Amino acid sequence: MTSDHVRQAGPIVIDIENITKDYVMGEEIVHALRGVTLQIRRNEYIAIMGPSGSGKSTLMNMLGCLDTPTSGRYEFNGKNVAEMDDDELAAVRNREIGFVFQTFNLLPRSTSLRNVELPLIYAGIEPERRIERAIQVLTDVGLGDRTHHKPNELSGGQRQRVAIARALVNGPSIILADEPTGNLDSKTGEEIMELFEDLYERGNTIILVTHERDIAAHARRTVHLRDGLVEMDHAGFIPELDLPIPETTST
Amino acid sequence: MKRFLYELTESWKIAAAQMRSNLTRSTLTALGVIIGIIAVTLMGTAVNGISIGFDKSMAVLGDDVLYVTQWPWKPVDDWWNYRDRKKIKTEYAETLSRMIAATPNSNLVIAVPTSNLMRSIKFGGNQVDNVFVLGTTSDFIVTSTIDCTAGRFFNELESRGGASVVIIGYDVADALFPSESPIDKSVLINGQLFKVIGVNTRQGTFLGLFSWDSMVAMPLSAFNKYFSAKSESDVRVKVKDKTKLADAKDELTGLMRRVRGLPPEKKDDFSINEQQAFKSTLDPVKNTIAIAGLFITGLSLFVGAIGIMNITFVSVKERTKEIGTRKALGARRRTILLQFLIESTALCLLGGFIGLAFAYLMCFGIGKAFPSFPIHFSVGLVLISMIVSILTGLFSGFAPAWTASRLDPVAALRYE
Ligand SMILES: Nc1ncnc2c1ncn2[C@@H]1O[C@H](COP(=O)(O)OP(=O)(O)O)[C@@H](O)[C@H]1O
Ligand SMILES: [Mg+2]
Repeated sequence: MTSDHVRQAGPIVIDIENITKDYVMGEEIVHALRGVTLQIRRNEYIAIMGPSGSGKSTLMNMLGCLDTPTSGRYEFNGKNVAEMDDDELAAVRNREIGFVFQTFNLLPRSTSLRNVELPLIYAGIEPERRIERAIQVLTDVGLGDRTHHKPNELSGGQRQRVAIARALVNGPSIILADEPTGNLDSKTGEEIMELFEDLYERGNTIILVTHERDIAAHARRTVHLRDGLVEMDHAGFIPELDLPIPETTST
Repeated sequence: MKRFLYELTESWKIAAAQMRSNLTRSTLTALGVIIGIIAVTLMGTAVNGISIGFDKSMAVLGDDVLYVTQWPWKPVDDWWNYRDRKKIKTEYAETLSRMIAATPNSNLVIAVPTSNLMRSIKFGGNQVDNVFVLGTTSDFIVTSTIDCTAGRFFNELESRGGASVVIIGYDVADALFPSESPIDKSVLINGQLFKVIGVNTRQGTFLGLFSWDSMVAMPLSAFNKYFSAKSESDVRVKVKDKTKLADAKDELTGLMRRVRGLPPEKKDDFSINEQQAFKSTLDPVKNTIAIAGLFITGLSLFVGAIGIMNITFVSVKERTKEIGTRKALGARRRTILLQFLIESTALCLLGGFIGLAFAYLMCFGIGKAFPSFPIHFSVGLVLISMIVSILTGLFSGFAPAWTASRLDPVAALRYE
């Protein structure tokens, strides 16, 4: 099921076809993904939903070039990811992908500024430009006055803003957020979602993993995963379709 | 390149922050390296000192002098072949000198006789035992660099006339004349009075090797008059060009065979030695001491290195999630490798600095307490210690840093 909105979006950034991922756990093989096909264009805002264990995080890691599929094809900006070596993958993660984690994953002993600077250091940007850019992005997420605070001096919402600034700082093609509001209360979560909305309006591409319907409702397209397969892929958020998904269902 | 520089700076900052936030742990771990560096540095100064002491003692022999002796300057298995050799007579010197003068383009300059034995020496209530008493001619100063702090060496007139005069070594002068000048005082040797006309400049003693400090020198004719008993005699021959030592040795061998009147089929019944021969028997000893010493102290540094390795492994384990995050943000394998190498190196360098400071203080103390021990703390040693610290850091950090760099990013991010 495709919509007009998808067609109106930009060129294809992510193109995966029949991706599978197996994890070997001793004797047992876990099929985390069983054949996922997905195309994501520039300036889309997608929510990936599904019950716990359905393969959302595995898919995100795959999209973020942190992990390689067991089988299937993955093209990122037209380049076959399977053919990239370790350094090229690191470069893609550095410049093209912005990660936002559920647990923020900030360096605990570094200030907001130094946290946001990190991807710029890995990109080889000189110090003056690094600081200038980091301060600008921190200001954009509303933390212009918190640049010299360490994570333990910030609230949960502020920490996630720092993490988002860090994800944005190299101007990535896509932002991948795995349950970004999972560790926040609903009011703060809502504020973070407003920030994502804002980023989307400014032309960013956002892929969001969540199992909360309220959060998914912000996206322009929803992909449902179940047992490592795409169950539904539709535009917008259709309340009748997006019925609460029972956590334990077998097909 | 620029990126490497930025990553390097970043790694140093992280390492510093890491050490600050784990102060106790860092200090305790660095302690191993501190002790290791102290041990290695002190051993280094000792080895250095031994080497300098050896060289100084060797310098007394002179590198342009050949020694005609009964026994060779090296260990021999067939000592009975040497025991029955005829003694070297002091008269040979005169004969040799005449032959040298008669040889055109000779490689040799002059031959000087020396006789020696051990005697006690007295002045007033003070006495020094086992003093090396040397009898020689005024030509001795040609073959040996003798400096006098006070007075002078005896002259040709005193030499020929057998005047009862002596030059005394620094330690002898110090023991006999603690509070007055020895010059023109008369000392008692073997019941005979000798007038002190010169005091030798201090040379320093080392491991009981020969030193001018504990000897006295007098004209050979006086020596023969009063100590004709069981003295040992050698002849020293000064070489013109020390780069042609082998030629000079051949020439001298020829002259000595003529002096002894040896037919061609007979083997030499004397030995000709030079400083180098002595050195080459002592050098292996010196090197063995150096290698054994550095190996043993190196072990303590190795133990320190294991401590650093251990703590770096702990650090990698604790920060697995951070490593995953860094990888997600674009850190390459070598970035992570570098970061942990810098952390272990920073710890080792810190330990190295502290260890070096302690070693310096200890050397200073030892130097004050035992001035004769040739301890030598040099800039080169500081540099070497720093390099050793860095190498220790790289060595001990490598395995954990490598493990960190190879971590699977997804597994690292999932690590709790
Ligand atoms: N590193 C791993 N090793 C083994 N099994 C894994 C690993 N990662 C995920 N899985 C398994 O794969 C399935 C999908 O996991 P995940 O993608 O984390 O699901 P979700 O994020 O949707 O909760 C689960 O059954 C999980 O236990
Ligand atoms: Mg998940």
